[in-house]
Amino acid sequence: MSFLLCCPNCGERSVYEFRFGGEVRQRPTEEASLREWADYLYARKNEAGVQKEWWYHHLGCRTWFFAVRDTTTNTVLKTFGADK
Amino acid sequence: MLQLFRKERMWRPHFLKARYDVVIIGAGVHGLAAAYYLGKRGVTNVAVLDKGYLGSGNSGRNTAIIRANYRTPEGIPFYHESVRLYEGLSQDLGYNVLFSQQGHLTLAHTDSAVDGLRVRAEANALLGVDSRLIGPDEIKRLVPAIDISTSAHQPIRAALYHPPGGIIRHDAVVWGYARGADRLGIEIHPHTEVQGIQTENGQVTAVQTNRGQIKTGTVLNVTSGWCSTIARMVGVNLPIVSHPLQACVTEPLKPFLDKVIVSSNLHVYVNQTDRGELVLGAEIDPYSSYSSASTLPTLEMIAAHTLELFPALVEVRVLRQWAGVCDMTPDYSPIMGEVPEVRGFLVDVGWGTYGFKAGPVSGKTMAELIATGRTPDLIKPFALSRFYEDRLVGEKAAAAVSH
Ligand SMILES: Cc1cc2nc3c(=O)[nH]c(=O)nc-3n(C[C@H](O)[C@H](O)[C@H](O)COP(=O)(O)OP(=O)(O)OC[C@H]3O[C@@H](n4cnc5c(N)ncnc54)[C@H](O)[C@@H]3O)c2cc1C
Ligand SMILES: [Zn+2]
Repeated sequence: MSFLLCCPNCGERSVYEFRFGGEVRQRPTEEASLREWADYLYARKNEAGVQKEWWYHHLGCRTWFFAVRDTTTNTVLKTFGADK
Repeated sequence: MLQLFRKERMWRPHFLKARYDVVIIGAGVHGLAAAYYLGKRGVTNVAVLDKGYLGSGNSGRNTAIIRANYRTPEGIPFYHESVRLYEGLSQDLGYNVLFSQQGHLTLAHTDSAVDGLRVRAEANALLGVDSRLIGPDEIKRLVPAIDISTSAHQPIRAALYHPPGGIIRHDAVVWGYARGADRLGIEIHPHTEVQGIQTENGQVTAVQTNRGQIKTGTVLNVTSGWCSTIARMVGVNLPIVSHPLQACVTEPLKPFLDKVIVSSNLHVYVNQTDRGELVLGAEIDPYSSYSSASTLPTLEMIAAHTLELFPALVEVRVLRQWAGVCDMTPDYSPIMGEVPEVRGFLVDVGWGTYGFKAGPVSGKTMAELIATGRTPDLIKPFALSRFYEDRLVGEKAAAAVSH
């Protein structure tokens, strides 16, 4: 199902105005091993359910923000700015 | 004559046993092919489980393009072997899979796309795959209905022509492998969902299903779009993101197109079935999802780009549209083999939008690995460890829209 996303700046818009930035992950610290960096780069939870993810309003205000979405139904539970 | 009316079961129902030597999760082409080739090697205490019916995943949703004209020295021989196996599959299974090697054209509309096709043509020629670069005149000769005019929005510059490429009857492949595996004594269990996997000291010991527990030391994860959910049951996060891929089919038209046409620049591909319908497809949806609902924006995109290639189709109506959930890897190559952290847990996943064509060779090589414990050379480059050893196998240029 196609869906709407609520940009924290611009309000509800078609998902096609946005770029998907993937699930939110924890960046390793400087001391992390190569293995941990490779995991950070490639390994994904790829949650079938609710996940927190990055979005970018490409055809709008051009800012990055977060959405919490159920990936099995594409229901967007909430969106909020990256500073929150 | 009576033979015609005899009812023949394709595969038999079974009670779930308490123990199997091998449990295959996923009854798509990959799982069923692995089961069939295991049976041929004499490994028959095997159960294939699926949470739905056979082929309810992407093996029943794909657009069935078969080809070998990939880009990398790892990918080309692998897919080449799969096409070879498909060529003999009807014979091997005693079941007609309707493989039509009608020829496959990948169009280029920009200079950089032409360069990309030239690289593939050279790599294919070196490795014995029949594929070559052709110009607009030859394209028009092969596909009279196509618009090669220079006034088009994005004129066609060249194409990679791959004569052995074509289309297959995907359901027949799934059913044929299932029937073959059943006859070799392997059990197929539809509507059996895996809900957990037990391990002891890093070794798989059992699989939990909605029909009870099964003891086993070997599990093969062949669940395409859902493979991350299975891998996480043993604590492994795979380098995979699930994206929907959509396709649609039009009302039947009189035959006018007997080649598979793909345009990466226009993000669309077209072929005409024996029944006259046009099968149209696109690239993946631009966000991850496990939803297989189809969307209007994708339909509009497919329609608009198809009309750029074939303006005469403007009045044609779409009958059906659907989606499948695809397991995308970062390099557009699969992940095959053992998972070092968990003994007895094997994967054959990351088939994304392009894995139907690889069913036979994957089934055969995974069966060899399970039966002998040795990884065949053909699939060594696709090990999960490549992501930790900086050895990615970049096939995006040859697989993104072409599937
Ligand atoms: C629209 C579309 C077009 C495509 N076009 C092409 C093409 O032209 N050429 C090509 O080569 N490829 C194409 N593909 C890709 C191809 O369909 C897949 O790569 C291939 O079918 C994967 O086969 P599989 O056996 O690995 O997975 P699937 O056929 O998806 O089977 C996986 C099975 O796992 C089962 N499963 C999942 N979770 C569980 C669980 N917990 N317990 C039990 N069972 C479970 C599912 O029910 C499913 O039946 C296309 C895909 C789509 C969606
Ligand atoms: Zn905005």
